[in-house]
Amino acid sequence: MTQLLWNGLFVGSFYALVALGYTMVYGIIRLLNFAHGDLYMLGAFVGFGVLSVAGGLATGLGFVALLIVLIIAMLVTGTAGLLLERVAYRPLRGAPRLSVLITAVGASFALEYGMRLLAGPNPEVYPVRLAGDSVNLLGARITIQQASLILIAILLMAGLQWLVMGTETGRAMRAISQDPTAALYMGINVDAVIARTFFIGSALAGAAGVMAGGYYGKIDFLMGFIIGLKAFTAAVIGGIGNIKGAMLGGLALGLLESIGTAWIGGQWRDVFAFTFLIIFLTLRPTGILGERVTERV
Amino acid sequence: MTTNLATSPARARALFDRIQQNRYLGLVGLAVALLVPFITATNYALSVMTSALLFVMLAVGLNIVVGYCGLLDLGYAAFFAIGAYVSGVLATRYGWPLLATVPVVIVAAVVAGIVIGGPTLRLRSDYLAIVTLGFGEIIRITANNLTITGGPSGIYGIPGIMLLGVDLSGPVGLYYTCVVVVALAVLGAARLGRSRLGRAWRFIREDEDAAEAMGINTYRVKLAAYIGGAIWGGLAGILFGAQLSAISPPSFTFLWSALILMAVVLGGMGSTPGVVLGAIFISVLPELLREVADYRYFVFGILLIIVMIFRRQGLWPARAVERQSRRDQRKAEEHDVREAKEVVP
Repeated sequence: MTQLLWNGLFVGSFYALVALGYTMVYGIIRLLNFAHGDLYMLGAFVGFGVLSVAGGLATGLGFVALLIVLIIAMLVTGTAGLLLERVAYRPLRGAPRLSVLITAVGASFALEYGMRLLAGPNPEVYPVRLAGDSVNLLGARITIQQASLILIAILLMAGLQWLVMGTETGRAMRAISQDPTAALYMGINVDAVIARTFFIGSALAGAAGVMAGGYYGKIDFLMGFIIGLKAFTAAVIGGIGNIKGAMLGGLALGLLESIGTAWIGGQWRDVFAFTFLIIFLTLRPTGILGERVTERV
Repeated sequence: MTTNLATSPARARALFDRIQQNRYLGLVGLAVALLVPFITATNYALSVMTSALLFVMLAVGLNIVVGYCGLLDLGYAAFFAIGAYVSGVLATRYGWPLLATVPVVIVAAVVAGIVIGGPTLRLRSDYLAIVTLGFGEIIRITANNLTITGGPSGIYGIPGIMLLGVDLSGPVGLYYTCVVVVALAVLGAARLGRSRLGRAWRFIREDEDAAEAMGINTYRVKLAAYIGGAIWGGLAGILFGAQLSAISPPSFTFLWSALILMAVVLGGMGSTPGVVLGAIFISVLPELLREVADYRYFVFGILLIIVMIFRRQGLWPARAVERQSRRDQRKAEEHDVREAKEVVP
């Protein structure tokens, strides 16, 4: 049972990292960045690329190498997110929701199959595998690396929390999410802040991608699709647009899945998660921590 | 005659509009579809054309949901799968003739439409998009894990269509069956779009709050659009099973839903001729581009973005027929009067 909880929390922290980007972008411009899961995939592949180039050096250094790779991958996916916003979303600001959603589907497709062109259709095996010694903690087996990954995730989330609540940029973000027009009149460079939001959200997804690559050991160009859906589910459970909610939702979804898998079998895991999403949305569309969002007319 | 120079592009456009709105256009399309097998009737050509027809049917069905009513459904392949699996299971496990499964498939599609649409259609558009996506995955994974659907290997040995003792299971017979069914489906969807219900759909697409305020029961009307789309998708599923005689879960991935959406968007949301052309384009293009097959989904993705940014109405846009044509008429009359004045000095 403790093992189940631990696994749930572990997977949940990945979900939470990806869900953060979803929720930030949604919170600030009410856009569902459909391609967000694919940025996670991109992160995993960038990490893979760097590790492959670095070769023997990386395997010798182990965990430290992974940390450096993590930072490179975050920078690359962050930039990709910036680019995506500039090319695909900014020209459509103020357009009907449906148009932007369709653009986002297009962006997701372009990312997935662009990566397929670059890296080929077959799954790649991650050069660094995080399978170390395990410690016994309250009857659950935990590897040091798992614990460190969770720690990184927590640090990233804490950093984000500080950024949003404690800095100028964060204040601008919150202002825009309240009222973009008023924020513009108050002298906030709305475009720049939105771009920054995209950068941060995408970088977090990229970090989760590298971590997942190191943990599962296998990556492929469609890996972002399911995780994108799960992260969205997590964001909705926590209350979309709410940063603490995304963390909470990610952990909750991870735990639910872990327990659900043990209960009804692994092949039904995704069915379980999506059914839960549908039921949850029907009963409480604003999520655990969400406030009531009124649609602007 | 300087006026003439100035108006000639407008005239060209008016001519184009007239072609676009010609009521015999559909008949011309049907005639082309009926005559093509006389030009080339290899098994390959027939199978490509049959697939294109199925795609047209799917696109027209999704057009009811996305184009008319403005509800983004990203799991449309689910209804396609439900149709294919229900008819496939009944035909292979219980020995039903394929035609007899049609009513059951319709009922199943309606139920599926209500099950997914019922609780979620009150949600905002982007929630609906994700929920339908999840629904598509649920259906596919379920088909992959149940024994009655044959699990990952799917169902094979689905019989062809028999009608009053005539065997229509050959490539030619199937093609013509599809031509008839799809023509009816296209006609039906177009007529639905022009009906009272269709006007309500477009009203909701343009402004849901205003529609609600004008006394339209938006929830029921949206559910109707959803169920309509589900039925079209389910029926296309039967034809799909008849064509391939085997179905398996990989045929119903998100890729399919996205490609159907692509056809609708590219052709022009809400425009029947546009969507038909879009579907033919999307399904035949990969056959023409076999060598660069690896690039095609990448190109499709980029294309979706470009179309949305530069030509949101699609290649063959829908027109708000009632209003537009009357205004055009008035313009044309004014134009005629002006010209008449100029000619008679």
